[in-house]
Amino acid sequence: VADPHQLFDDTSSSATALGRGYAAQQPPAVGYPAPGSFLAEPVSSFAMAYGSTLASQGKEIVDKNDWQVRYQQDTPVAPRFDINAPDLYIPVMAFITYILVAGLALGTQNRFSPDLLGLQASSALAWLIVEVLAILLSLYLVTVNTDLTTIDLVAFSGYKYVGMIVGIVSGLLFGKTGYYLLLTWCCLSIFVFMIRTLRLKILSEAAAEGVLVRGAKNQLRMYLTMAIAGLQPLFMYWLTFHLVR
Amino acid sequence: AFTLYSLLQAALLFVNAIAVLHEERFLRNVGWGTDQGIGGFGEEPGIKAQLMNLIRSVRTVMRVPLIAVNSITIVLLFLFG
Repeated sequence: VADPHQLFDDTSSSATALGRGYAAQQPPAVGYPAPGSFLAEPVSSFAMAYGSTLASQGKEIVDKNDWQVRYQQDTPVAPRFDINAPDLYIPVMAFITYILVAGLALGTQNRFSPDLLGLQASSALAWLIVEVLAILLSLYLVTVNTDLTTIDLVAFSGYKYVGMIVGIVSGLLFGKTGYYLLLTWCCLSIFVFMIRTLRLKILSEAAAEGVLVRGAKNQLRMYLTMAIAGLQPLFMYWLTFHLVR
Repeated sequence: AFTLYSLLQAALLFVNAIAVLHEERFLRNVGWGTDQGIGGFGEEPGIKAQLMNLIRSVRTVMRVPLIAVNSITIVLLFLFG
């Protein structure tokens, strides 16, 4: 009985046919010579069920690994499927929390007034726009063929607000030493994070995997990645140092 | 401090500065004319070629809107200081 879905000739009539789950798009009973007598034994039916679950799980994992390895996607992938995809939830929440924490910090120094909140928000937003425009301009000048959209850049630039919040809160709790310590650690971590994320998107595929690719183009792109990553600690310090006394 | 309004002002001044660069009298002498840089149909336009392209595009696109935006800004600054 030649089954059109089977990839190979089924030459077995024993339980060793269980493991070939890749052909098992349909119930495994189809194609076996004597389904009735085969399934009659309880152990073999249990083993067949287990084997087919294992095979389908294995196939699933292989498919999932394909998703995670291919970073040059055609369409943006939602964070539900790719946990490392940038999204605007953390940046927006962190931005608003930064404004509130800045107000709190100003209040502890008796420098607070309600219009200062709007001023802080406006200032931080203006710096964010300047930073995104600068990154867009430098990406255009270096002719990088990347799938980084503007919104992706806004999301990546918004991740530094988390470190800023941590710095300000530690400055409120532990004074200037706490502020500098935690801010330095957050700056280093966001530097590493930006380099690792942008390296995949900006550099060519070969260079991104760690192979040393010589050439002026890749060197320029690496400098660009490092410059973008280095902007983040600068902004983190610039936007918080006046809040911690 | 640095507000969104000052960002708008700075952007307007910057685009005005780009629009004012004269093609024949200035850019050609510096070597940034539009007929001087684009060499061949190679793969990689360098940074200078990209910059020249950008300047030319900004000047072409923003010429008419800049008239309108500048006039509005002048009137508003007159009225409200």
